[in-house]
Amino acid sequence: MAESLRNLARILAAYALLAGSIVLLAATGVVNPYWVQILELACVVAISAQGLNVIYGYTGLFSLGHAAFLGIGAYTAAYLMKTVGGQSQVLFFTALLAGGGAAAVIACLIGLPALRLTSDYLGIATLGFGIIMKVVFDNADSFLPELGGARGMTGITKMTTVPWVVFFLLVSLLIVRNTIHSSYGRAIISIREDEIAAETMGIDTFRYKMVGFVMGCAFAGVAGGLYAHLYAFLHPSNFDFFKSIDILVIVVLGGLGNMSGVLVASFGWIFLLEGLRVVLPPGYVELRWVLIPVLLIVTMLLRPQGLFGTREFPFLRGRLYR
Amino acid sequence: MMLAIRGLTKHFGGIRAVDGVDLTLAKGELVGLIGPNGSGKTTVFNLVTGICRPDGGSILFEEKSLVGLSPHRINRLGVARTFQNIRLFRNLTVMDNVRIAHHSHLEYGPVSALCRTGRFYREEIEIQEKVENLLSIFLLQNRKYEIAGSLPYGDQRKLEIARALATEPRVLLLDEPAAGMNPNEVGKLMEFILGMRERFRLTILLIEHQMRLVMGMCQRLAVMDFGQVIARGLPDEIRENSKVIEAYLGEDVPFE
Amino acid sequence: MEYFAQQVINGLQLGFVYALIALGYTMVYGIVRLINFAHGDVFMIGAFIGFYTIERYHLPLALVFLSAVAGCTVLAVLIEQLAYRPLRHAPKIASLITAIGVSLFLEYFTSLRQVFGPNFYSFPRPFPVVIWEVGGILVTNIQAVILVVTVLCLLFLQFIVFRTKMGRGMRAVSYDYVTAGLMGVNVNRVISFTFGLGAALAGVGGVLYGIAYPQVNTFMGFMPGLKAFTAAVLGGIGNIPGAVLGALIMGQSETMVSAYLSSTYRDGIAFVILILVLLWKPTGILGAPRAEKV
Repeated sequence: MAESLRNLARILAAYALLAGSIVLLAATGVVNPYWVQILELACVVAISAQGLNVIYGYTGLFSLGHAAFLGIGAYTAAYLMKTVGGQSQVLFFTALLAGGGAAAVIACLIGLPALRLTSDYLGIATLGFGIIMKVVFDNADSFLPELGGARGMTGITKMTTVPWVVFFLLVSLLIVRNTIHSSYGRAIISIREDEIAAETMGIDTFRYKMVGFVMGCAFAGVAGGLYAHLYAFLHPSNFDFFKSIDILVIVVLGGLGNMSGVLVASFGWIFLLEGLRVVLPPGYVELRWVLIPVLLIVTMLLRPQGLFGTREFPFLRGRLYR
Repeated sequence: MMLAIRGLTKHFGGIRAVDGVDLTLAKGELVGLIGPNGSGKTTVFNLVTGICRPDGGSILFEEKSLVGLSPHRINRLGVARTFQNIRLFRNLTVMDNVRIAHHSHLEYGPVSALCRTGRFYREEIEIQEKVENLLSIFLLQNRKYEIAGSLPYGDQRKLEIARALATEPRVLLLDEPAAGMNPNEVGKLMEFILGMRERFRLTILLIEHQMRLVMGMCQRLAVMDFGQVIARGLPDEIRENSKVIEAYLGEDVPFE
Repeated sequence: MEYFAQQVINGLQLGFVYALIALGYTMVYGIVRLINFAHGDVFMIGAFIGFYTIERYHLPLALVFLSAVAGCTVLAVLIEQLAYRPLRHAPKIASLITAIGVSLFLEYFTSLRQVFGPNFYSFPRPFPVVIWEVGGILVTNIQAVILVVTVLCLLFLQFIVFRTKMGRGMRAVSYDYVTAGLMGVNVNRVISFTFGLGAALAGVGGVLYGIAYPQVNTFMGFMPGLKAFTAAVLGGIGNIPGAVLGALIMGQSETMVSAYLSSTYRDGIAFVILILVLLWKPTGILGAPRAEKV
């Protein structure tokens, strides 16, 4: 018990230190609001990437439709906030959880049939689901006018702050770490390694595939809610196939099944995108998307297993014994 | 009866891979299943462990039917197996391979794991001790942090048996445990399997091509050819059986 | 009824173009198990070659097709050798990410002002459009050209795959890559050839697409590529008749949804059908079931 409390205290201290220092840097003007917003975006992306890491990196389920779950969470949370109104932090927290919950429920419904498919076929099915969701978002105004459809959703309050994104990022990392380094996590990983062997060793593989998939999608849902209230504007194209690919690229660059790598890659990717925008001379910003694919191809040719190998940051190595 | 198979049948397209097989194992028995390549032995294993669904016949384990159950349910009832083509979790450590097999006996819940309660740590330590005990029986304790795929071949076979035992089965199905081992290793493996059976009170069904091993330790043998059991009996009876010798003609002479 | 029949004709037109793209996906997947995301962009390049050869050089139609075929083939073989070949023994995901990289590169590089530019360009008509009325249904000579060219391509493909030595190599490699190599098939050459062959068909498809839907843009390959790939999966990936069947289903369903529901749902329907088919038959309509040996 004492140990658990000490752990909790350590986590809270780390949280206060991280969030506090960023808030301080922003308040004193050392970091300008533009970069604070980029940092917030990076945290949001890191949460959803950690979700895909659970789905693909640990459970081995190839998903090409992760952004759809981000969108489900974003629209759910934004719709709730908008219809209830107000700027209550409690409501915001509830809306975020509702976003994660909605993503989880839909992941369950999709997973029931789709997780029986294997590897590439699952990838295509999730890709298809992503595109269907994009069409749904595009036409959402025909059943819920507040969602705005293809014109985009406006009237969202800007609620996402540094303390919120850091909080959810830490929580998501802790959940992944504590799950993966437990018997439940080992069951999940065994599916990636050899599904038939796992099944004959008494692992209910379908159930744990579901656990991995739903958990990862719920992360995306929460991240989506944070995203919606970061820019206070939502458009279906924020959740299209390319966004799914973005997250996939981050997870592969970071290293499948490597929490630290995925964390670093999330920040690296977002800061690379924004950094190039600053570095490239005006009029050459479109060169970004010429350089990035080249970088991507070269990285894959040189390090197909991801940039970071298998080493984890000390706080992400789950100790199983005291 | 521990395991009672009656009239077991499985077709793949037009081929009768298993065609009306009867086989029984009494508690504590060690029975060998032999026969030329492609005679349907592994398919029998796949049917018993639920990887394929039989087209006909019954499989009773301690009077409970296994037909139609999924492999993990069958394993939880007490049937474990190894694979002819070794299916370890190749990228995980030796330790984790065996720990995974313990999952169906897990007592702490997901909340315990998430919150890292005392109960979580206590049980993880217990699991660790159990796994280390098991590994030391197999003389693998010094390799517990090595990656399973990097072990020498013989150790991989042993690890697969250890992993199967960690699910705490009462019936163990071994699919060619001695494949690819040299005579010296085969000798050790025989002692091993016999020791195992004693220690864990196992009932064992064994597929094997190495006749020295089969003849040396099995109490009874069943011989399969073209999906059917063509002979059964004591090892010495099988050795003299003309049908068996005929079935093996053209293959490597199995009886040295 | 006439309206419906008219839609069937329009759906066929779309389906045939999809079929030409889908074949490349299905052959490449059948052989190297790679979803070649760049294939849709090779199709785009084909359309642009058509655009330039007609607009600038006023080449006759046969030469337009030939240049698109040549350009796309060379491009695809280059991509295969530079980007995919070094990764053939790396984890599969590395090749997939590389394919996505190649796709993004082709799209954004060609959209630079110094290359093709980011705008939509209207595709010039290589011949005057003639409309025939057959029993109340309107058929254009464009549709006739698409039909004839596609059928010729399919016959040509059938010939290559089943009547030539290279075709036998392709079938061998797709059946078992390692054994084919041991049996003396030059696996590298077969793979390059397959990429080239698929790209040639996509090049033809690009020109036809430009003629039928007269607008080109460097991002035009993405959606048709995705849908053609989906068509290939629908029909059973790795299966040539399956790809054509899937593409025709895709063309019909999209046209019908646009005609009877709303064109905003058009992009969704293809994938709804795909998911339903996969749940019913996980390897596609004509795909053979694959069992893992235990």
